[in-house]
Amino acid sequence: MQTIIQAAYFVAAVLFIVGLKRMSSPVTARRGIIWAGVGMLVATLVTFAHPSLHGVTNYILMIVAMAIGGGLAWWTGKRVPMTDMPQMIAVYNGMGGGAAGAIAAVELVKGAEMTLVVQSLAVLGALIGTVAFSGSLIAFAKLQGLLKRSLRFSGQQIVNLLIFLLAVIAGLVIAFGPGYGTGLLWAFFILAFAFGLLMTFPIGGADMPVVISLYNALTGLAVGFEGFVLGNPAMMIAGIVVGAAGSLLTQLMAKAMNRPLSNVLFSGFGAAAPAEQATEGTMKEVENNDAAIMMAFASKVIIVPGYGMAVAQAQHKIWELVQLLQERDVDVKFAIHPVAGRMPGHMNVLLAEAGVPYDIIYDLDEINAEFPTADVALVIGANDVVNPAARKNPDSPIYGMPILNVDQAKNVIVIKRGRGAGFSGIENELFFEDNTQMLYGDGQKVAAGLVANVKALG
Amino acid sequence: MIEGFVALYIFMLAAFTGYEVISKVPVILHTPLMSGSNFVHGIVLVGAMVAMGHAETVPEQILGFVAVILAAGNAAGGYVVTERMLEMFKSSKGGE
Repeated sequence: MQTIIQAAYFVAAVLFIVGLKRMSSPVTARRGIIWAGVGMLVATLVTFAHPSLHGVTNYILMIVAMAIGGGLAWWTGKRVPMTDMPQMIAVYNGMGGGAAGAIAAVELVKGAEMTLVVQSLAVLGALIGTVAFSGSLIAFAKLQGLLKRSLRFSGQQIVNLLIFLLAVIAGLVIAFGPGYGTGLLWAFFILAFAFGLLMTFPIGGADMPVVISLYNALTGLAVGFEGFVLGNPAMMIAGIVVGAAGSLLTQLMAKAMNRPLSNVLFSGFGAAAPAEQATEGTMKEVENNDAAIMMAFASKVIIVPGYGMAVAQAQHKIWELVQLLQERDVDVKFAIHPVAGRMPGHMNVLLAEAGVPYDIIYDLDEINAEFPTADVALVIGANDVVNPAARKNPDSPIYGMPILNVDQAKNVIVIKRGRGAGFSGIENELFFEDNTQMLYGDGQKVAAGLVANVKALG
Repeated sequence: MIEGFVALYIFMLAAFTGYEVISKVPVILHTPLMSGSNFVHGIVLVGAMVAMGHAETVPEQILGFVAVILAAGNAAGGYVVTERMLEMFKSSKGGE
């Protein structure tokens, strides 16, 4: 039996790696998750026959717990709208971290015999997993809008550091001390939990995707470490692979947002308020009908969507507009900034939901050279990511951030709700350019108007 | 038990594998991929099952029970949302 179990874990590990590999291309991604799913199923099923499992009560409790946790997650996962995906990923990820912490707790409460190395891995995994657990809960609460304010107070970083150090000291005593009581274990877990909360409180919503990704990597590590403790190779390999992949993904996201990870974690966004500067020029308005004509008779149109489009639920109307333009032989492309939406790649998911094929969607590096050849660039619900100040104005807080060079298109049409500044409160110079025209109104209504007007041209 | 240098080798090779597997991923897949890797560490479920299964006292059983609930949530939720997202990616030539 032992051989069958080990073989099944081996197969699962292989399936996870192949699955992840396949998930890195849109053509094979769907099959990738299914392969990984099969691996999970195989590993879970053979574990029922694991020799260290015993007691009817334990089996019953196990199955009940699986039904509760799995059932609830399955049910919510099927229903969550695509716009809320980032925070749901945070929740499921936090659960994994919490599970790693709880596994360590069982082993430590049991006082199972472990070598010093294994004991310290158990404690380290518990610390990381618990921090990822409580931190992910705050990330969820923030993105879900349950927690509006970013809690900040003076000396906060010192308090956080103090709590972290206390947790580490408690952990060191548990791992290397002559012995520990239940009280110390409790204190350790409470301190770790509190640190996760406090560390995530001050981080703004815009930076949350990077944090979620970081916690994803941390949970992977914690799972890997607990795998070493339990001598379970499937957990070791899957956990460490995710830990490494997640760390890289976190780096990629932080880079795409032009926010070094240390900045995200240790300072609030826009902590230094940008000096209000008057931008020269005036904003020009355009009638919906004129905008429709411009696009209908263009040869190339590039659409730049932002999260505002998804909030207005305009992506379906926009796709309808694109199809009409394509029938008129207009070359239409979507340009996606890495941080359009709430995390890199989120906008692609939202467009895919509306039915937009992925091969007319381009990312920043692929499309930026094409803006000068575009007759019309249509910006909908995006703001800071198209602000030329990032390229031109060294005083701007977003200076140096990679942007989509929308201003280089022959004409720019910006669909916008009102005249206010963007998410970061920075005035957008694009709106004042000579070739920019503003189309005010609710994204969905404006898009519907464009569809009707293009149709009317026959 | 896997210990000492063998464990260290596994750690090192797995870390490089994770890094290499992800390094060529296009930005358009970052969200589903994060969700997918989130699903993969749902393997913590097998550890939670073992922890629950060899629990001997009531406190151990409670902790194990919590571990299994959380781990099952990680695995099931991670799979469902990843599959939902990836299912929607279509090319304009039709099909996957």
